[in-house]
Amino acid sequence: MSESLGTYAYFLGCITPNRYPGIEAATKKVFKEFGIETKEMVGASCCPAPGVFGSFDLHTWLPVAARNLAIAEEMELEIYVTCNGCYGSLQEADHLLKEHPKVKERVNKVLAKFGREYKGTTKVNHSIVILHDVIGLDRLKEKIKKPLDDVNVAVHYGCHFLKPSEVRGHGSSETPYILEDLIRVTGAKDVDYKDKLMCCGAGGGNRTADTLQSLEWTRQKLVNAIMAGCDCMVHPCAFCHLQLDRGQAEMNKAFGTNFNFPILFATQFIGLAMGMSQEELGLDIQTTTMPEKLLK
Amino acid sequence: MGTLYEDIVDYGGEVFGREHMETLKACVQCGKCTGGCPSGRNTALRTRKLMQMALLDLREEIFNAPELWFCTTCFTCYERCPKGVKTTDIIRTIRNLAAKEGHMSVPHRMIGVYVLKTGHAVPIGPDQMKLREKVGLDSQPPTTQKYPEYLKEVQEIFKTTGYDAMIDFDWETMNLRGMEKGGKK
Repeated sequence: MSESLGTYAYFLGCITPNRYPGIEAATKKVFKEFGIETKEMVGASCCPAPGVFGSFDLHTWLPVAARNLAIAEEMELEIYVTCNGCYGSLQEADHLLKEHPKVKERVNKVLAKFGREYKGTTKVNHSIVILHDVIGLDRLKEKIKKPLDDVNVAVHYGCHFLKPSEVRGHGSSETPYILEDLIRVTGAKDVDYKDKLMCCGAGGGNRTADTLQSLEWTRQKLVNAIMAGCDCMVHPCAFCHLQLDRGQAEMNKAFGTNFNFPILFATQFIGLAMGMSQEELGLDIQTTTMPEKLLK
Repeated sequence: MGTLYEDIVDYGGEVFGREHMETLKACVQCGKCTGGCPSGRNTALRTRKLMQMALLDLREEIFNAPELWFCTTCFTCYERCPKGVKTTDIIRTIRNLAAKEGHMSVPHRMIGVYVLKTGHAVPIGPDQMKLREKVGLDSQPPTTQKYPEYLKEVQEIFKTTGYDAMIDFDWETMNLRGMEKGGKK
């Protein structure tokens, strides 16, 4: 067992626990290997989705997000997330509530109806930042048992991990580096491809507004990665995972294509390099299948 | 009700701060937003046009434009705007105002139904519970869908802000009103 690197409240959201539990299992397992303890947030809800509820009613979106933040505050823990939607919502809400005392006052009046209060004492962390900055590349390197030397990876960031950069604080949204560092530490190669930073197509209610049109973005993204010689796509977002993974079955049906391009959440990819099985990481219970190259 | 610009500053301002929303006035119609827009490649969405329509107070035209809903809120235009116009937050606020005036599709309103029923936009079902067990997790996460007492808190928020009325939610059937007749609006 490693040294303790802290305890965090895991904000699950919707897609991770309710559609891709492999992402939840992989993240908990990888974090545990490095001495990071995870506590469940009892009574948490949808974040709620920033592009969806933010588009329908910001005045409802904010108190629901604040309530989730208040649960972590009651636990006296910082949060980690495995979805850019959750990150977008919770981190943005935390930022706005800290910036605008009057907004905070109004939101707390709503939360007071059931005895909760947002204080501003937690911090919202993305799980890939925990990997990169808390665990760190040196510790990660020590646990790589199955280097993925001959694997070419298409990095997909999604949108709300990087943007708006003034709130996210991970540097320029045009020149990110965190996922690339995490890919390289496994021995794999991150390969540049056309429109690498393009959205998956699902956000902001677009998938619901027009599913086929949203899948067309995804199709373009996958073609670009395949044409650049990539073997798989690695990303930090459960909602992108849904669009990129299940979306392939949907587009194969709608467009008559035959995609089976492996999609992995960052901790699932690192888990494989650490010697965990695809069954442990839930990679055998999704739409796209893993090639021998990743499972050797 | 003021002009669309005034409504954007008032409604969005209460969440983002008025100065944030007032950046709309700084738009010089350079088109950098549209140039980098991934949706614009595939859809009729033209962010520059939306900004101009908002400034020209074309309320009904903008609320009835299907492409208003084809922005994925990717924030590419927001990052690149040379004048600091907070485009994505302006679009989200315009959508809020459109939704309040009844311009909200049934599938979009249904997302609210799922949250009102379970606390989740994407709830869990029996098949997914089995998947959770397969990877060694509890069959149900400890969230609002599992605990009705916590779900009530989320429902209370929706009632307080009037979200339930906005989507025409029927608390008796726990569905959109009129859905038994195939829905409306």
